Formats: sequence, C-alpha cells, structure tokens
Amino acid sequence: MNQMLVDKHVLITGASRGIGRAIAATFAAQGATVYLNGRDESSLKALENELKQLYGDRVHSLAFDVSDAKQVKQGFQALFKLTKTLDVLVNNAGILEHSLVGMVSAEQIQQTFASNSFSVIYTSQYASRLMARNGGGSIINMASIIGCVGSSGDSVYGGSKAAVIGITKSLAKELAATQIRVNAIAPGFIDTQMNESLSVDKQNQTLQSIAMGRKGTPQDVANTALFLASDLAQYVTGQTIGVDGGMLI
Amino acid sequence: MNQEKLIQCFVSALAIDGALVTDELKYNSIPQWDSTAHMMLVAELEAEFDVMLDTDDIIDMSSVAKAKTILAKYLD
Repeated sequence: MNQMLVDKHVLITGASRGIGRAIAATFAAQGATVYLNGRDESSLKALENELKQLYGDRVHSLAFDVSDAKQVKQGFQALFKLTKTLDVLVNNAGILEHSLVGMVSAEQIQQTFASNSFSVIYTSQYASRLMARNGGGSIINMASIIGCVGSSGDSVYGGSKAAVIGITKSLAKELAATQIRVNAIAPGFIDTQMNESLSVDKQNQTLQSIAMGRKGTPQDVANTALFLASDLAQYVTGQTIGVDGGMLI
Repeated sequence: MNQEKLIQCFVSALAIDGALVTDELKYNSIPQWDSTAHMMLVAELEAEFDVMLDTDDIIDMSSVAKAKTILAKYLD
C-alpha cells in the first residue's frame, strides 16, 4: 500500500509515550513530517532520534506544556519558524487521576481541565489558521469512552473528556467552511502506562466488559488516527469514533 | 510596513472600498467587519506579512490603527 501521509505536516501533542508515541511512529512511517510535542524535552529528543534513524530528518520535537496558553503561543511561534504549513493536529496530551468526587482538590480539577480540554482550544486556535492558509486540514482530538458513558471515580476526567467531544462538534461546524475536519477518538481500555494506576480488580472487571475480550493497544488507536488524518476521511467531520473492542455495544 | 499591502488586506478580507480603510475604521462599526470577516482579515494579514499573530493580538485588533500597531510589533 502507498504511504498515506506523504507531504503532510503533523503536530502530535503528548507524543513521548503511549498512544501519542504510537501515532507519531505510525504517521512517520506513512511519510509525514512529524512535529513531536510533550513537556519532557529529553524523552521527546530520544523519540525524535529513534524515529530519525528509521525515517530520516522528517522528525522534529517541540517541548511545551499544552495546558499553558502562553507556552502554546510560544510553541506555535517555534513551529511557524520550522514550517508555514500544518495539515494535521493530533490533540493527544492528557492526564488521568482517579478520585472519588469528595476527594478531588480544586487544583486537580483546574489542572485536569487545562490539560485535557482547554489545551484542545489553545492549540486549535493556532493550528486552524495555519491549516486554513493551505486549504484545509484535519484536527484529531483524543476523547475517551469515559467521556461518553462515565465511570465511577472519574467525574473530573470524564467531564474533561466529554468537553473534548463538545469542542470537537462545535469546531467541526465552525471550521468546515475552511475545509478543516475535526473529529475525536474515544479509546476504551488501552494498554498504556496511564491505565496502570487502576487496581487489578478494576482492570479485570473492565476486561470482562470488552466484547472482544482484550485490552486495546496504542496501535489500535494510531490506526484510527491514521484514517482520520488521511484523505480517506476527507468527508468525515464532527464524529467521535470509539476504539474500544465493543465495550459500548 | 507596507501600508498599501495592509489596505489591500482589508479590502480583500472585508470586501470594501479602499477609501473606507482609514485609521478610524473600527471592528463591528460596519456590517462587513464582523467576527467571520475578522478571521479572514487575520488570515490575509498573516499570509501577506508572513507572520503568525498571537490570539491576544487578534482579539485586540479593534481598528485599522490598532492593526498597524500590532503588525509593527511582528515586523520589527
């Protein structure tokens, strides 16, 4: 099969591990020029070097915190120096802390919404203008099955991910005229470091609710992101695609 | 700053006559300069002057005079 993202410039937030890392590797393998974002410069550099060995100089890293509007502004100014073009933005960065509602601090609420929801708006403000210059693009927002159906102990995280779905739908309508597609992915139970904090009991209980009988992999999510980034999805916008092995059926 | 280029950006984005583009012209003071046209204006300015404006500056760009001041920051 031909490479699906040749000549596409792609920014991936939260790229240094888990789902973001899988998306970065998949997109680079498909011919994209990849801009890796994360907070930890050393792990970003390590991934950049790893991918450069496989795919050449089409990989760059940009360390900034997407939950901070000022840093996003500086990050996009740095991106603008590297490229005047952006075809795909993957808003993958996010944090998850399980807490019963009575034990959530105000600071945790602020930080979770800043990292998971506000960041999507901050980055989209700049990315959409870069995309519009070049006739369109694709924004892919990482939601969660918890944002769709809820989960005990995840009111803050679930709320922040439900917000991502709302942002996705409104942005899709607002940006469609400039040929920018905006979609979300709602992963189910994916085998990442983020889910390691769940107790064994909770993990087993969750596994039993998956019709396909296994956890998802970061690659399962990356493959869906690849579809949404590619021209195969050129008439798809405003959608939330579940990648959950049948948890919701 | 190339004033003629700036005026052309306003003419093109707002679809108005160049004679209307004076320092006094303000955002939302004419039907043609609404929020949708404002974003088109920003796109024109960014493309023509090869800059990327901060969100705060886009919100703050409330007149032609203000647009000149803001753009000058990026072109220094």
